Amino acid sequence: MIIEVLGTGCTKCKLLAERAEEAARGLGLDYALVKVTEYPDIVARGVMTTPGLVVDGVVKAQGHVPTVAALKELLR
Amino acid sequence: MSGDAKTCACSAESPISGAGFWKSGGWLLGALPAWILLYVALKPLADWLAFRALGLRAGSRLGEAVAFLAYDGPKVLLLLGLVVLGVSFVQTYLSPEKTRDLLARRTGVWGNLLAALLGIATPFCSCSAVPLFIGFVRVGVPLGATFSFLVSAPMVNEVALFLLLGLFGWRIALLYTATGVAVAFLSGWILSKLRMERHLEPWVLDMPFTASVAPYAPMGFAGRLELSIQATKDIVRKVWLYVLAGIAVGAFLHGYVPAELLARFMGKSSWWSVPLAVVIGVPLYASAAGIIPIVQVLLAKGAALGTALAFMMAVAGLSLPETIILRKVLRPVLLGAFLGIVTLGIVLVGYLFNVLM
Repeated sequence: MIIEVLGTGCTKCKLLAERAEEAARGLGLDYALVKVTEYPDIVARGVMTTPGLVVDGVVKAQGHVPTVAALKELLR
Repeated sequence: MSGDAKTCACSAESPISGAGFWKSGGWLLGALPAWILLYVALKPLADWLAFRALGLRAGSRLGEAVAFLAYDGPKVLLLLGLVVLGVSFVQTYLSPEKTRDLLARRTGVWGNLLAALLGIATPFCSCSAVPLFIGFVRVGVPLGATFSFLVSAPMVNEVALFLLLGLFGWRIALLYTATGVAVAFLSGWILSKLRMERHLEPWVLDMPFTASVAPYAPMGFAGRLELSIQATKDIVRKVWLYVLAGIAVGAFLHGYVPAELLARFMGKSSWWSVPLAVVIGVPLYASAAGIIPIVQVLLAKGAALGTALAFMMAVAGLSLPETIILRKVLRPVLLGAFLGIVTLGIVLVGYLFNVLM
């Protein structure tokens, strides 16, 4: 599973990366976490409000940082 | 039995039950009366602190400055907390994505006006300015309307609006909103007339872009409430220092700077005060919440209303970091036109109110 965190490095993006990591580990997933920080790459994924969460190419959340519990639902 | 067990498991996970209710925001019900009580008791508490506990003389410069700080600091922070919470909750129902779809392919004057109005309430973070800009343009929002939104969103900030309402009353809050929307509307409209599309960076139009449909906020009351509480913590943590710094500057002005001095620099009589306030304000970046306490004192000390409004708009609406970020999508001609037109608009608003009031 490829988990992408979209954002240029603001505090919210870092928080999302931390929580996504925690959620993925909590679920025992086999995953790779990638940070997407360049504007063209963010836009190419169809996201216009950061932070964004993309799981295996599908946008799961944008514009807010879900809780770890909510992230587990999104990653399942 | 197995059906029962399943229901139990579900309700145990549901955030609105028992201890979960308190954790996900039920404690707010208890916090609200405490908030009101504290708010009412602030003035006597501050006076007691300055004039009794510290033994300063009422009417002395230091005494008045300390009393001002002890009263206004907690007062603005209390207001800020409540306002941000309420606004954040309402904003979980709005999103830049919804605004974008409302504006798509809406050409002409109405598109600009709608964009300027939607900018008031739509949640907007300047760190998303670039992807947001591209998202708007690529689904067919006219360039002019996109700019109207980009001006209005930070300048007519909903938090600032309610703070103005709480500290100055509805007339100034309304004035600020109306003139801010007018500046945003006119700037976007003029930019649309200048046919600036060719001054976008080429990659903006070459990128593949398919708008995603992922929700902007979590669904359900508990999820929205939790998100707004988190947003409140984030924002208050980010701005409280600036707010207090603003109030400290205000307290100093309040206690030590004679009214005549400020009135001479920022009063109606000097024609250059408005452009000067704007030139100082544009590169400065403070959240509107931090600048309001300073404006409060400036006004009390005889600064003209138009000059103070122009200063506030320049600080909140335009900023150096955002300009640098926008350079990634706008070529210098367009970026310059954007900055120039908005700055000019703010200066005109300043003059207008100095003449009218």
